[in-house]
Amino acid sequence: MNEMRTVTVGKASAARHAVGAAATSPRSATARLQALALEKRYRKAQVEIPVLRGVDLSVASGEFLAIIGQSGSGKSTLLHLLGTLDAPDAGEVHFDGRRIDNLPAAKRDALRNKQFGMIFQFYHLLPELSALENVLSPLMIAEGLLGYRRRRAAHTAKATELLHLAGLSHRLKHKPRELSGGEMQRAAIARALIAEPDVLLADEPTGNLDRGTGQEIMRLLRALNAQRSLTIVMVTHDLAIAEQADRIVRLVEGRVERV
Amino acid sequence: MYKFLLCWRYLRTKYIALASIISVMLGVATMIVVNSVMAGFAHEMQDRLHGILSDLVFEAHSLEGFPDTEWHMQQIRNVAGDDIAGMTPTVAVPAMLSFQYGGNWVTRPVQLIGIDEKTQGQVGDFGKYLQHPANRQQLSFLLRENGFDDRDHTGGSEGRHRPEMARAGWGHRRSVIERRRMIQIDGKPAGQELVSGAPFNLPDSDKSGASAPAAAGEAKTIDPFAIREAQGVVFDPLKEQHTGLVMGIALATYRDRAGDDRFLVLPGDDIKLTFPTAGTPPRAIDDAFTVVDFYECKMSEYDNSFVFMPIKKLQELRGMIEPKTGLRYATSIQIRLKDGADGNVVRDKLRAAFPPELYSISTWRDKQGALLAAVQMETAILNVLLFLIIAVAGFGILAIFFMIVVEKTRDIGILKSLGASGRGIMGIFLGYGLSLGLVGSGGGLVLGLLFVVYINQIADVLSRITGQQVFDPSIYYFYAIPTIIDPATISGIVFGALVIAVLASVLPARRAASLHPVEALRYE
Repeated sequence: MNEMRTVTVGKASAARHAVGAAATSPRSATARLQALALEKRYRKAQVEIPVLRGVDLSVASGEFLAIIGQSGSGKSTLLHLLGTLDAPDAGEVHFDGRRIDNLPAAKRDALRNKQFGMIFQFYHLLPELSALENVLSPLMIAEGLLGYRRRRAAHTAKATELLHLAGLSHRLKHKPRELSGGEMQRAAIARALIAEPDVLLADEPTGNLDRGTGQEIMRLLRALNAQRSLTIVMVTHDLAIAEQADRIVRLVEGRVERV
Repeated sequence: MYKFLLCWRYLRTKYIALASIISVMLGVATMIVVNSVMAGFAHEMQDRLHGILSDLVFEAHSLEGFPDTEWHMQQIRNVAGDDIAGMTPTVAVPAMLSFQYGGNWVTRPVQLIGIDEKTQGQVGDFGKYLQHPANRQQLSFLLRENGFDDRDHTGGSEGRHRPEMARAGWGHRRSVIERRRMIQIDGKPAGQELVSGAPFNLPDSDKSGASAPAAAGEAKTIDPFAIREAQGVVFDPLKEQHTGLVMGIALATYRDRAGDDRFLVLPGDDIKLTFPTAGTPPRAIDDAFTVVDFYECKMSEYDNSFVFMPIKKLQELRGMIEPKTGLRYATSIQIRLKDGADGNVVRDKLRAAFPPELYSISTWRDKQGALLAAVQMETAILNVLLFLIIAVAGFGILAIFFMIVVEKTRDIGILKSLGASGRGIMGIFLGYGLSLGLVGSGGGLVLGLLFVVYINQIADVLSRITGQQVFDPSIYYFYAIPTIIDPATISGIVFGALVIAVLASVLPARRAASLHPVEALRYE
């Protein structure tokens, strides 16, 4: 499915172009994130269940890619592998031309902290922290006590601005349980963006929201993709949502199915 | 940064964990209270023992003692003169003390100690324990007219009331004798009787051979003063006293049902002592004495056995003076060391200089080693038991921490997905354990110190509520529960509690650190 869609929100990104042909071509020059023959198995009791059976994927810089598939097709696993949250049993993950799946833990932590932003179906905000603190948390993780305190004013200003962008200016001090689902997801997006990542990995970002709220989230993602040339990889099972992306890749039984 | 923030937030939101550290708090508080009170008791006891015993005791093995105390003291000075602040010779012999009370003779075994009243005060706190204010300044073996404390002077205004002591002294002596004379109107010449009224009928005393005729209504008896009488010396108990004697207060008192001290004997009364002479084999001799004061150091062992008399008189009576040279014998020399002098060093020096087959030289600690060691042992065992309580509290923390880690599994996954390292996650939980430990031991510290500071008021309140004396001064001889707050001990306790809290959080923290981010994120 190598379709190109008109952008309803924001300006068209120069980076947005048809790269469907490159979906399986290894080491594309413009590829920001690349999966090469990824395999992953899960072990349940004595039985090994293959989840990914050799997935090749390439995401260009500034592209908005949607991965769709049924439950159990391995799309979330693929996203986790791309985000170095998990290690593949075989195959490689490349980021900006460098292999990242075999990096030492500390480097992968730093990569997740700075280069990748992640959003999840269940928002995954920390319940003890306010919206603002949740947005700041990646910076808190990146910096020590003293360094953070020195730059706290700048960080807070930046987080406030991001929350404003996400339409949450009035919810800065609220705890996640005091926010609606849509608000929580926007806070999660603001959190994912605070460290100015190169890639946003979204795992069913609208999966827990009603259609209208889901559309608002999608508009926000599209705007970010357009205005900031943010590379977005989104996993969803909802075709209507996936169709708002630049390109759709379908996973069937652990393999990329050409559409 | 996030570690501190999350620690702080967890501390403020997870009250279940705070419940788990209440046991740490109580353990710390109890340890502080127990240590302070035990240290107070031990210190008080050491103080007393040290006040009663001199720093060093130089003793002969035999009751005969050693001759020429001056020469011995000079030798001791030659060996360790730089460390010595004062010395006094004493003679200590076992003796029997007899007095009449309510028509019965009361006889008790005692330790009779001959002291030099002028130098005794230099080697210990002897004077402090006497009941007459002037005697506390300088002991005199002459009976005072009156003025004995009618309260236990160590207790201040709370001191035990002893109304009978108010009339002690010459006044008491005169009134007793006059009353007795009113009753005993017979042919016996006035002033030739023993003040206690009844002649002694101890078989041992029947040596003088100068037995007076029995008074009317009395059994066949012997008047020990018949010798003096025969020598033409007339003893008038209204104006004269026998050799003065200071008696351990517990020998002269009993406690009635109300818990008050009742006196069998008062200063001014006469008593009789029977003790062995020097020489082999020793013979028992006896003499009459007048009680001039009481000795109360509040160690019942001593209050119940010590009787003090002038050393010169005792030496004379026991035959401890060499007839030719006039050299006097003593059984021991009490030595007071200068401040800062090490008793063990001086003891070892003296031991090297004097043949051990003739002399035994020991410090006051050596003498009371068993008692002091027992107190130390008790404290140590209590500390071990109480520390086990804190250790048990540590397992409580461990369990609750595991629970919290399970509850926080998803948050741990989130933090890892945001780039937090395993080490960082571990840091959160270790920090959390440390802060719980700080709260627990801090709370325990405050609680324990408050308890120690107000322990006497708390004991009073408890006594009032339960109607039972929690801390009975008549048992412990203290009017207030003594406490010593030792900063080193307390910091040790707090530090130990912190270490246990951190150790208990290590396992859960490791588990949190090793959680797989994907599985943690999936955790429902």
